[in-house]
Amino acid sequence: MIDEELVQLLTPEGERVAHPDYASTLSGEQILSMYRDMVIVRRLCNESTSLQRQGQLALWAPIQGQEGAQIGAGRALAPMDFTFPTYREHGIAWCRGVPPENLLRLFRAVSNGGWDPQKYRHHLPTIVLGNQVLNAVGYAMGIQRDGADEAVLTFFGDGASSQGDVLEGFVWASSFNAPIVFFCQNNQFGISTPSSTQSKVPLFRRARGFGFPGVRVDGNDMLACYEVTKAALENARAGGGPTMIEAYTYRMGAHTTSDDPTRYRVDAEVEVWKHRDPIERIKSLLVREYQTNPTAFDAISEEAEAFALKLRDDVLAMGRPDPLSMFDDAYAEPHPLVEEGRREMAELLAHGSVV
Amino acid sequence: MATTTMTMAKALNEGLRRAMENDPKVLLMGEDIGKLGGVFRITDGLQKDFGQDRVIDTPLAESAIVGTAVGLAIRGYRTVCEMQFDGFVFPAFDQIVSQVAKLHKRSDGIYTMGLVIRLPFQGGIGAIEHHSESPEAYFAHTPGLRVVSCSTPNDAYWMIQQAIESDDPIIFCEPKSRYWEKGEVDLENPPRGLYDAVVRREGSDVTLVGYGSSVKTMVRAAESVEAEGVSLEVIDLRSIAPIDFSTLVASLQKTGRLVVVQEAPRSVSVGSEIVAELTERCFYSLRAPGVRVAGYHVPYPPARIEEDYRPTVERILDAVDRVMGYES
Repeated sequence: MIDEELVQLLTPEGERVAHPDYASTLSGEQILSMYRDMVIVRRLCNESTSLQRQGQLALWAPIQGQEGAQIGAGRALAPMDFTFPTYREHGIAWCRGVPPENLLRLFRAVSNGGWDPQKYRHHLPTIVLGNQVLNAVGYAMGIQRDGADEAVLTFFGDGASSQGDVLEGFVWASSFNAPIVFFCQNNQFGISTPSSTQSKVPLFRRARGFGFPGVRVDGNDMLACYEVTKAALENARAGGGPTMIEAYTYRMGAHTTSDDPTRYRVDAEVEVWKHRDPIERIKSLLVREYQTNPTAFDAISEEAEAFALKLRDDVLAMGRPDPLSMFDDAYAEPHPLVEEGRREMAELLAHGSVV
Repeated sequence: MATTTMTMAKALNEGLRRAMENDPKVLLMGEDIGKLGGVFRITDGLQKDFGQDRVIDTPLAESAIVGTAVGLAIRGYRTVCEMQFDGFVFPAFDQIVSQVAKLHKRSDGIYTMGLVIRLPFQGGIGAIEHHSESPEAYFAHTPGLRVVSCSTPNDAYWMIQQAIESDDPIIFCEPKSRYWEKGEVDLENPPRGLYDAVVRREGSDVTLVGYGSSVKTMVRAAESVEAEGVSLEVIDLRSIAPIDFSTLVASLQKTGRLVVVQEAPRSVSVGSEIVAELTERCFYSLRAPGVRVAGYHVPYPPARIEEDYRPTVERILDAVDRVMGYES
């Protein structure tokens, strides 16, 4: 289809295909559970877009079309693995157990973080493209020094693949044989810039030049994303070093709610990718192979609706933070300028001089 | 009191050694710091004694040195990153201001960014371009960071250990022109807190304030006019961010005159901040406007003419004359 080296275990029509290196190990029950994940995350995404349009979020970065890549990769993680996301890894955050309302704190601009990253073993979203890849490699070097049976999964897109930090991360991970998996979602666009501007060769082939394997997987095939990520993580934990995975996918929506993709891409292309939808193909598989009852799908849809309603309520309940909170945790140890600012603002607040 | 004489370079080496002995989570990372011991030999012998897992010779990529130290900090390690020269820190600037400075705050205090970025800074060694710069103001301006500078071997020995122990990220500026100067080091008692300024020489007419390489120049300036009856107080700032203003205020209330000395360009600098803040705090004590003796607003010059750029005793004394010339 896209590339003969593409790992695919399920066609866009939901039919299984064999691959020499990877076989699906998921049970029908697991596939249904991951289908549920995808549906809920897509609903989360739609609700968040609505909330932004209604002025309740400052911004939203949609993932429609990338649910298969993220739920596949996210469910391949072991509990003690650590993940380093961009700002678009809502499916990974879901798999890590980050409460969805916490995920939206950043986008409602009531926090610059939103959750305890150590508790969920999921780092905070990194907005400066590629920074997180080096942070992830450093964490993996820590795992090595601790002799722990853990691995790191870090994310970036085709756009960030041009960043020096990503490429430096490749060098370091390779030189130190760090237990890390680089998961690149090639969704074809960095805002408006096509991936062809980022790389003249398929991105996964870059890995070979850095001294570790690169695998291109059908990013809209959840089964393939799961198996490829699982194998790469196992290899990393066993001391086999890094792997780069290029999940070849498509950003069905805008870059963010501030973007207008009609200015730089044609509807025909979007139509082609609609037929490769990651959720629909799993649904086809479930119906065909597991005879999943329509009532099961209905129940998941209803659950997603209830989820969205609760999410909306939770978001609307997030009030303006206490202005004085900006002074908390700026430093770990007392700092005179921070304390001076805190005193000054407290006085202004006491006199009603600021809103 | 166990004191011994050593160079600042050796004192830093001993300080790093002691920090590594005290805490197995302390790592060193940098370019050529292992077998070579660093281009200034600050880490000499440490890889041999602590192993390659703790004294890490890295690929040549400064952003990665700091970026991976961030990940190691999240994992609970305290990494001391060596930037080979001041002019090579800029590839890491993004990681320092975007991640190092912010992650403690962003994580609501969960992450501890207890890393130290060692920066040989300032000029005076006759080096070629990009090896003599004073970038401290960039970092001092950034909330979330702390910036300190040692000027003596004793401070070097203790301040590097205190910086490593700190839970905040610290830019540790080492005046490379003083690496080979010797001084007494007290191996038992830390002299003072990491963020405290110190009066190096007492005086009553003018307060001289500086840090790093400038401290010795200021002391020489003070010595040179002592016989003429001019009494200059010399303050070693030690901490550039935050600045210990209480020590400066106490001095200025006594002298009423201020001269700040730095190698960095004058405009929008550490000296600018000191003059502005002290004008506000000591307005009624001032007998003259605060004056800055600094580098010029040009790229650092070729080393053959660097002594015309760096603050000298003569330029400091000229500034002293100017502040003494105001009627009060």
